[in-house]
Amino acid sequence: MKHCLVVDDSSVIRKVARRILEGFGFQVGEAGDGRQALDICLQAMPDAILLDWNMPVMDGFEFLTQLRQVPDGDKPKVVFCTTENDVAHIARALRAGANEYIMKPFDKDIVEAKFQEVGLI
Amino acid sequence: MIDADFEFLTRFLHERSGIALSKDKAYLVESRLLPLVRSHKFADLGELIGRLRFGSDAVLAEEVIDAMTTNETFFFRDKVPFDRFTEVMLPQLIKARATERRLRIWCAACSTGQEPYSLAMLLKERAAQLPGWKIEIVATDLSPTVIDRARAGVYTQFEVQRGLPIQLLLKYFEQKGEKWEISPVLKPMVQFRTLNLLRDFSSLGRFDIVFCRNVLIYFDERTRGDIMERIARLMAPDGYLTLGAAETVIGLTNAFAGHSEHRGLYQPSRSVSPQPVLARIAG
Repeated sequence: MKHCLVVDDSSVIRKVARRILEGFGFQVGEAGDGRQALDICLQAMPDAILLDWNMPVMDGFEFLTQLRQVPDGDKPKVVFCTTENDVAHIARALRAGANEYIMKPFDKDIVEAKFQEVGLI
Repeated sequence: MIDADFEFLTRFLHERSGIALSKDKAYLVESRLLPLVRSHKFADLGELIGRLRFGSDAVLAEEVIDAMTTNETFFFRDKVPFDRFTEVMLPQLIKARATERRLRIWCAACSTGQEPYSLAMLLKERAAQLPGWKIEIVATDLSPTVIDRARAGVYTQFEVQRGLPIQLLLKYFEQKGEKWEISPVLKPMVQFRTLNLLRDFSSLGRFDIVFCRNVLIYFDERTRGDIMERIARLMAPDGYLTLGAAETVIGLTNAFAGHSEHRGLYQPSRSVSPQPVLARIAG
């Protein structure tokens, strides 16, 4: 079973994402900010990360930048999922190593399409 | 909805668009037409159909046909046909047309344009393999409203997120507020036209590739077979036809033969004769 880490400071979003991803057969973990997410990744690297941008302590962009520098940090497929819906943010995320990008609001079909796109489903 | 209204609507749609509406599709009528009932402030579906029977409201008639025929679609829908386009059809045709360097593609039921624009993106991505080629994509649909939307090439955030890789969104779209518009490098690659598949379409010319997906299912068997035979007459002998995942030519026509390796991909049978001149003139 593939493991997906949902990183978002909103517990509601985490819950919605968990339900969708469990429906696709993922084992889902949760983190409320980038720092927590990095600690989890250093313990056990997930297969996929659904990542918010704006979060307290460490934001999604900073998390991704650091993740891609640690051993095996290039392994997880990272799908941003954020309200930062402009071209500049999308381009910046891709340059930092994001594999796909979801613009909130999202639904099950969009998550499915994006996860298929990066070969996770 | 009373039986007489359903029967009238069935006849009306069949005459105007060729759609065969079976009794088990009554739910579809309600879900598709109730928004029109509300927007025109009719009391109920019966009043809308009454107005349609009267026959003087051409705008309403067109709106009803649009509502019943417009299909939800998205970029790179079903993925497999697009993989076959790049992995099977294009390599073979690039080789076969190396001298004339010309390729014509027809999207026969393009709805709001996602399918032809998806093909245009794939071609742009392979521009290096196609220097000096003249490639035309002709995209048609029954509904003028839908064709107008396709031509405008403006999509919502939801529409650009289903099936479209983010790199292609950045490359081939321009953000306009909350919408995304097809970029000027892509738009001129597709010619959009209104077309009813029931009528003669021989004037469209010859095609190397035809995408005719998820539209034939709405027609009765005889009409389906007739449309496929007329498509076959427009196609190059080594051309390719792609149907929807749930569609087949089997039992409908001998004009196409299934590709030996790829299910859902067809090529004209050797026995198909070109479009008769008389039929072309009569059209």
